[in-house]
Amino acid sequence: MNDSCERAAKAEISFTVNGEAKSIRAYPMERLLDVLRLEFGLTGAKEGCGEGECGSCSILMDGTLVNSCLVPVLHAAGTSIATIEGLAVEDQLHALQEAFLQCGGAQCGICTPGMILAASHLLQTKAEPTTEEIREGLSGNLCRCTGYSQILEAVMEASRRRAVA
Amino acid sequence: METIADEQCEDEGYLMNRERIVGESVPRKEGRDKVTGRSKYVDDMVLPNMLFAATVRSQIPHGRIRKISFGADVAWDEFVVVSAKDIPGRNCIALIGDDQPCLAGEFVNHPEEPILLVAHPDRHVLQKAVHGVSIEYDRLPAIFTIEESEGRSEVVWGGDNIFKTYLIEKGNVEAGWQNADYIVEGEYSTGAQEQLYIENNGMIASFDEAQGITVWGSLQCPYYVHKALMALCNLPADKVRVVQMETGGAFGGKEDYPSMIAGHAALLAIKAGRPVKIIYDRLEDMAATTKRHPSRTRHRTAVSREGKILGGEIEFTIDGGAYATLSSVVLSRGAIHAGGPYYWPSVRIRAKAVATNAPPHGAFRGFGAPQSLFAMERHMDRIAQTIGLSPVEIRRRNFLQPGQTTTTEQVVREPIDLGKLLDRALEISDYESKKRAFANQNQTGGSKKGMGIAAFLHGAGFTGSGERYLSSVVGVEGCADGAVRVLVSSTEFGQGTNTVLSQIAAEALHLPYENVSMAPPDTLEVPNSGPTVASRTAMVVGKLVQSAALGIAQTLISSNLLDDGYSADEFREACRQYVAMHGQFRCWSRYDPPSGIFWDDEKYRGEAYAAFAWAVYIAEVTVDLATYSVSVDDFVALQEVGKVLHPVLARGQIIGGVAQGIGFSLYEKVVWQNGRMQNGQMTNYIMPTSSDLPPIRVFFEELGNVYGAYGAKGIGELPMDGPAPAILNAVEDALGVPFNSIPLLPEDIMDGLATSPENNATIFTSGGR
Repeated sequence: MNDSCERAAKAEISFTVNGEAKSIRAYPMERLLDVLRLEFGLTGAKEGCGEGECGSCSILMDGTLVNSCLVPVLHAAGTSIATIEGLAVEDQLHALQEAFLQCGGAQCGICTPGMILAASHLLQTKAEPTTEEIREGLSGNLCRCTGYSQILEAVMEASRRRAVA
Repeated sequence: METIADEQCEDEGYLMNRERIVGESVPRKEGRDKVTGRSKYVDDMVLPNMLFAATVRSQIPHGRIRKISFGADVAWDEFVVVSAKDIPGRNCIALIGDDQPCLAGEFVNHPEEPILLVAHPDRHVLQKAVHGVSIEYDRLPAIFTIEESEGRSEVVWGGDNIFKTYLIEKGNVEAGWQNADYIVEGEYSTGAQEQLYIENNGMIASFDEAQGITVWGSLQCPYYVHKALMALCNLPADKVRVVQMETGGAFGGKEDYPSMIAGHAALLAIKAGRPVKIIYDRLEDMAATTKRHPSRTRHRTAVSREGKILGGEIEFTIDGGAYATLSSVVLSRGAIHAGGPYYWPSVRIRAKAVATNAPPHGAFRGFGAPQSLFAMERHMDRIAQTIGLSPVEIRRRNFLQPGQTTTTEQVVREPIDLGKLLDRALEISDYESKKRAFANQNQTGGSKKGMGIAAFLHGAGFTGSGERYLSSVVGVEGCADGAVRVLVSSTEFGQGTNTVLSQIAAEALHLPYENVSMAPPDTLEVPNSGPTVASRTAMVVGKLVQSAALGIAQTLISSNLLDDGYSADEFREACRQYVAMHGQFRCWSRYDPPSGIFWDDEKYRGEAYAAFAWAVYIAEVTVDLATYSVSVDDFVALQEVGKVLHPVLARGQIIGGVAQGIGFSLYEKVVWQNGRMQNGQMTNYIMPTSSDLPPIRVFFEELGNVYGAYGAKGIGELPMDGPAPAILNAVEDALGVPFNSIPLLPEDIMDGLATSPENNATIFTSGGR
């Protein structure tokens, strides 16, 4: 948020987060990332660069993968937002989360929430992607630990599990 | 009650007919929290009444601070402001030489040097305050390169701009020159590299008179921060507490600089009487914190007609930036690795770390070795060309053999067969037939392909006497509920510390992996098991964990609470009973140097490392003649790393390291202007994405290692050493033009092809024997 945000009046903004209706008073230009983290305590979305390059703050907005550091909260009004916190149902991990654990897709874990959401978005648009399609689909999410191979394998594994299930 | 375990506990008796946990890919200990987003990193933590802080930094590379003024349009009474005058203890970041100030007082020696700290309840007003401070300087001349530092037009550190030198001498180098059929010279250089962990640096500090200072942060080495805060805040050890939060990548980049940020947060918290949070944004993290040391290596090598190295001189020089920080140790590792995995009958290695007016360079995976090994492995290809041998053959004829000595005269005691390792890598990569095919294909077409080899070694643990000085301690605790906890200050930042150390304890105690947990990385709770660096955790700390865990079992058995061949339930019950009878039940193990190990700090001679990992990497590349871009099409990473404790984690370490090595070679260029990084963003400092990397194929050989837990050697840094020379060797194979400087960007290739394709080193033939 910058000075111009401070001068603007706060507005009432409503949207759905992980299936729950939410309503807050916020500066319209406040970053969705900050609202999620600071207002709702949903700290799974991380800030890596603040300019939409690293993808650590990735979330799904109406099913579309977005960098929440680039989304003014006003733009989220009326949308349905999914964050990493909403992916596992109770204690039952999502197939992607299981696969990331099994294949070594998470090392330091900082890119993991965004990476898993990007992968879930990919699998929604393409249930059985090729390795090349996964490489392409995840190229907006940077990981410095893994060299990506085990992430690609995790996505393949999750795709296979869902095909079987 | 506490017992001291014997370091040399024997475990054979326990291992009969037991399922082994070591060697299995068990679930990562903290993995579930990571994939669900529940892990707490420092920026996820909020304390009541907390202030946010920012740093006012030097805008010039070198000068004397004349005046600091505070602009009228900032409500300064709302801010807490800290300067060097507010420091209760010594104004330094205590590390090795203690020369780096925590806040600049009279002089600034590099751009981005911290001068003032400002804190406020509203983080949004911080930048305005930072810009509201104006600093007037008397500017002083500054130097920015190794050559300028050597020229001493300006002396910016000590009397001669030199932080540290080492001289390694073996055999009679002069005889090598006299007997040489060829003398081959070359100069090689590497650039700075940003660690680029995805989580920026950050720290929270809190202070009260009774408990002293507590910091929570993203860091590798809790006791480095602890030591630095004691000196800075003038507090005794028990009034400083350091807690590592989940850490989002480090790679060496969170080895020393977190002490600086912790110091800043602590000074503000003391003055404010409230908790203070400092989180760097990407630009600040890139511009102000440490990077890999830029380097220059010069080789002059005497070689026989048969392709045997007879002797040589290696000059290895690194740019340390404005303060000494870790440069002496980086230099040491680089110097010791400079001769590669080859037998040198004689050699003279002169190593030097010099000062410039750039922010201090620091630790980054490999720690000097990727720089000097890049030079060695490029130089091996040059030697091969000069005398008309293949890159394969020149290496094969010079590989260290068991019984021979390294450049520091360390005897190779393990039965390593580097020729066999090379053969296997050649076979896996289909090297020979591809090389032949590419030679034909390259006659025509818009692109050229090539194959490149790098053979190398990496020493695990601290160099020379380092482990002896560290004298690390670990603990294993039998808890009141019968579970087991590992107590170490060795931190998890992605590499798998929690998982591997738990595996080792579980293995030693014959318990399920699930029964072992890690104590929180908090200096109130855990002993100093040394810094989490130098590929030492699995090997050195792991061995201590194994030993302390055995102490727990032995104590229960000797107390008649447990019999050999116990079940997990029996162990749990015995442990409960022991705690009920005696109270807290912990076994400690302290590092005990292996006997018969000799290291001479004066002459830099002897057993440099308790173990070396060995590797042969092969890269296949395509150079596009229209765009001059290089793509790596296939990458084979074959290494001997002792016992692989966890196959999935080990493979992850290798692939991740190779990826960083590919970035180091082809993408990651720090653009400097007057000592300041100009491209401190992820949009203009380019690291590899998932679409940029080839399949990285990982293979292990497992010889074992008597000094490591269950035969483990270090593994974390090794994969950083090989990619750059393998790729640059492959580029030369493709183009027939040598490139000896990294990063190698398309514009460099364009320039290289446009100018003379001749070798840039002097090669001459001596008059024979």
